[in-house]
This record gives sequence, C-alpha cells and structure tokens, in this order.
Amino acid sequence: MAKGMRDIKRQISGFQNTKQITKAMEMVAASGLRKAQENAEAARPYSDKIKEVISNIASATKNLKHPMLESREVKKTGYLVITSDRGLAGGYNANLLRMVINTIQEKHNSSDDYSIFVIGRKGRDFFKRRNMPVLSQVTGLPDNPQYLDIQEIAKTAVQNFSEGLYDELYLVYNEFINPITQIPVEKRLLPLSDISESNGNMASYEYEPSAEEVLDVLLPKYAETLIYSAVLEGKASEFGARMTAMGNATNNATDLISGLNLVYNRARQAAITQEISEIIAGANAQG
Amino acid sequence: MSTFTLEIVTPERKVYSQGVNMIVVTGVEGQLGILPNHIPLVTALKVAPMKIKTGNDEEIIAVHGGFMEVSKEKVVILADVAERAGEIDVERAQAAKERAERRLADKKADYDFRRAEMALQKAINRISSTDKHF
Repeated sequence: MAKGMRDIKRQISGFQNTKQITKAMEMVAASGLRKAQENAEAARPYSDKIKEVISNIASATKNLKHPMLESREVKKTGYLVITSDRGLAGGYNANLLRMVINTIQEKHNSSDDYSIFVIGRKGRDFFKRRNMPVLSQVTGLPDNPQYLDIQEIAKTAVQNFSEGLYDELYLVYNEFINPITQIPVEKRLLPLSDISESNGNMASYEYEPSAEEVLDVLLPKYAETLIYSAVLEGKASEFGARMTAMGNATNNATDLISGLNLVYNRARQAAITQEISEIIAGANAQG
Repeated sequence: MSTFTLEIVTPERKVYSQGVNMIVVTGVEGQLGILPNHIPLVTALKVAPMKIKTGNDEEIIAVHGGFMEVSKEKVVILADVAERAGEIDVERAQAAKERAERRLADKKADYDFRRAEMALQKAINRISSTDKHF
C-alpha cells in the first residue's frame, strides 16, 4: 500500500509542477496580450490616414489607373502567412496552416502556381517539411514587432506583385475577435480593391511632384501598412490563443490534482485503518 | 497668431498632435514652409529634419521619409519613422553614420550601397535634428 501511495504522491507533485508552468505562461500571455492590443490600436491611425489620402486622390483624379489597383488574369498567386515562432498556443498555428493547405490544394495543381511568404518559425517548418515554395521568411519576431522588423518582407511581397511575379497576393492570418476567439482568415491584399472614392466634399489637392508619383509611393506603403497591421493582429491572436490554452491546461491540472488527492487520502485512510485493526487484533490475541 | 493642427503619425504610434503656427519641411521638390490656410497639398517627404514653430518655441523632429497631407486647417504627416529631438540617441546615430560612411568608401566589398546610403541619410538626419543650430 505504501508503495502505491508514494506513486500517487509523485504524480501529484508532477502535475503541480506542470500547473505552475502553465499558470505562469498564462499570465505572461495575458500581459503580452494587453500590450499587443495596444500596439494594434496605435497602428490604426496611420493606415486610416493613408487610406483617406488615397481615397482623396482617387476621387480627385478622374479614371485613376495604377498597376496595383488593376486586376489581371491570375496565373500565379502569392500567399503571405503569419504564424508564431513558439507553440503551446492551442490551435493557433494548426488551424491557420490547415486552412492554407486546403486552399492551396483546392486552387492549384502544381507548386509552380503559387509562392509563399511566411512569418514565424512554425509556419516555416510546416512548409519546409512539405517542400512547398517559400520565397521569403521572417522568424524570431519580437513580441512587440516594430514596422522595421517586417518592412523587408512586406516590401518584397508588394514589389514582387508590381513586378508581375504573381497576379494576386493573399494575406493569411488569425483575426483577433476576442481573447478566446481567433478566426483564421484569408484576405486578398493585392490588387488593392477597397479604395472607395470618397464623396465629393474634398478640396482638390495639389500634388508634388504629381498625383501619379505620389500614388506610386503611397500605394505600396498602404499595402505594407496593411501587412503590418495583420502582423500586429496576429500577435494579439497568438497571445489570446496561448492565454486560453494555458488557462485550460491549468484548470485540467487542478482537476487532476484534486482527483489524485482524493485517491491518495483514501489510500492513506485505508492504510491507517488497516494498521489500527492489526494492532487491535494483536492486542486481543495477547490479552 | 492663428494656428493649425499638426499630426505626425508613424505605423507604431502618434508622435505629435498639437496646434502649431508654422512648420518647415523638406519635400522631394525642396523645402516648404506651411502656414495656416495653405492650399490643399500632398507631397512626398525626404529624410530630413523638420521644424515646428509654436509661439516663440521651436521644435525639431527627425522625419525619415513619408508623406505630408495639407488641408485647410490640418496638416498630417505620415512618416515611416519620426523622432523628437529628445528621443534620439546621438551616439548611436554617430556610430551608424561612421559605419555607413565606411561602407560607402569601401568600393570593393559587395555591400548594398543603396542601403548604406539610406542608413547614412538617416544618421545625418538624426544628428542634425539634435543640433540646435540647424
């Protein structure tokens, strides 16, 4: 009996260690989440403003034409997939990557028809294992990514589109709904389509050097900004997912521990009872 | 003295949002002084310091490329990076400047010269933004 009890004891302390770790990870993720949400919030004015300016230009210039706004026949598709570097975040990476692989298998017959940009170690390993064409990658992104951290991959992704390497670019990331819900989404980033012409009350602008040249710089920048906000949102989702996953793990550990405690106490009581009855039996026999 | 609202926004944060009397920026076509009631204008900016005048105060902000949108009572600057003079690490900028200059001087090495050039511009921008005599 005593041996079985020692086993249970060991199991309990093992679960307790795990619980401590998951609890700590939950709290780290919670504080990261708050920061990530603030960052995502802080990035919003910039992309809103750029969009506003582009809309103004779009409505001021008649029949605006720019390669980044025009849909062309799709021969090749680019995907920019935002994953995390570390695991233990529930279904964060798995759900997203499953969606990517399903879309790719549905839409493309050969690996020449698409190329992939990937952010995050989990995604990179996933695509590498499957020998899929990864054009460029970024790993080891800090928890609070700066614009400069992703500028290069964003620039390349946008540039390759304008150079005609692919004819559309999809952004795949986990949309942050709330800390417990993150939904993998796939958004078409390029060609830009949501530039609506703002309704007429705009003053007509002067452009320096010219409207076209301003657009030439603004549109890629806008696309890059959208990528940056997706990265920030992905980070918030990652922390949310990790917080929820670790919270569940902590709860499960608590349940297991209390179950084992019950078993342990029963065993202890049984051992004591047995000892007492043995002593009494011994005393009776002597008396 | 009449004022207008100046907003400087980068992808990471809002750097500046306040009423000012006048600003001097460096656009791709040259320096521009913007006073209240300027005609609406959109221009790309160079990597250069900009000057903000409010009353008798002057502030200098290092703006690393981007855009300026001028409308009747508001000016919005969308910059990749914008730093107020107090936030700049001069020593780091100095080191970056020397490094970039060394790379540009070293013709043999296959450095990315455009990148070194950009780095040099940014470093000079940072240094001159902290310089009171600008």
